[in-house]
Amino acid sequence: MLYIPCPWCGPRDETEFRYGGEAGVAYPADPDAVDDAAWSEYLFVRSNPKGWFEERWVHTSGCRRWFTVRRHTVSYEIRDPRPIGEST
Amino acid sequence: MTVDVRRSPLAELAGELAAVGGPGSVRFAERPFRVQVELRAAADAPVSRLYEALALMLPRGVGYVASTGDRDALCLAPRWWLVTQSPEPAPVLESALAGRLRTAGGAAVSAVDVSAQRTTIDVTGPNARDVLAHGCSVDLHPRAFGPGRCTQTALAKAQVVLQQLDRAPTFRVLVRASFARYLAEWLLDAATEYVG
Ligand SMILES: [Zn+2]
Repeated sequence: MLYIPCPWCGPRDETEFRYGGEAGVAYPADPDAVDDAAWSEYLFVRSNPKGWFEERWVHTSGCRRWFTVRRHTVSYEIRDPRPIGEST
Repeated sequence: MTVDVRRSPLAELAGELAAVGGPGSVRFAERPFRVQVELRAAADAPVSRLYEALALMLPRGVGYVASTGDRDALCLAPRWWLVTQSPEPAPVLESALAGRLRTAGGAAVSAVDVSAQRTTIDVTGPNARDVLAHGCSVDLHPRAFGPGRCTQTALAKAQVVLQQLDRAPTFRVLVRASFARYLAEWLLDAATEYVG
């Protein structure tokens, strides 16, 4: 089980959280101008690195806030928990 | 004569809860019908007027409690508090406190009476921490937690608000009414090895 540090509540079991996927995927500035290929890219295509990955979690059993962490996809080490919109 | 029609979620278990344990181990008691108001404030909310309405400074740190008399304000998340206090003497549709907070806070504040959502179980005694540790992964050791602290977490997989009242230690567990019976029976079971 992962031990995830909530920026507000501190470290908690993974079971208290829900996963939100890759962080920093921007909504298209002009969605009407986006063609099908670019739209499906926006919806479905995510980076899949072997290594550090920026991702979102929500602390559903606690403060119910979304936040961003950097997780290593091989070692599962988690760093830099922070509120959304704040950079490290 | 007025009849109090309220029935607490653990009324039927009151005898069992009272019969278990003692001052040397752990004791349980439901504190039914406590007033609970959920308070959320926008960034521009007039917090000084909320302080006046509550006679209490709202804690800013998530996981901290401010108290005056029997009124507690638990900071559950940024700009989100649970205010609890003694029960109303008779059933009411909404506690006066919720209305007072809305009047004080105006459009930048949401104050909702959620008293019926949860009931309150106090767990006290030298083994209180051990009993909770059977089903709660939050570190409740004095170096990490203590009187004046609170948190939302899962206890035996039930979502709870957990608050420490004193160093006895006494923990206050706020649990949804529909989970109360399950959780009370779980607590009684978890206490078995300490109550002989
Ligand atoms: Zn949290």
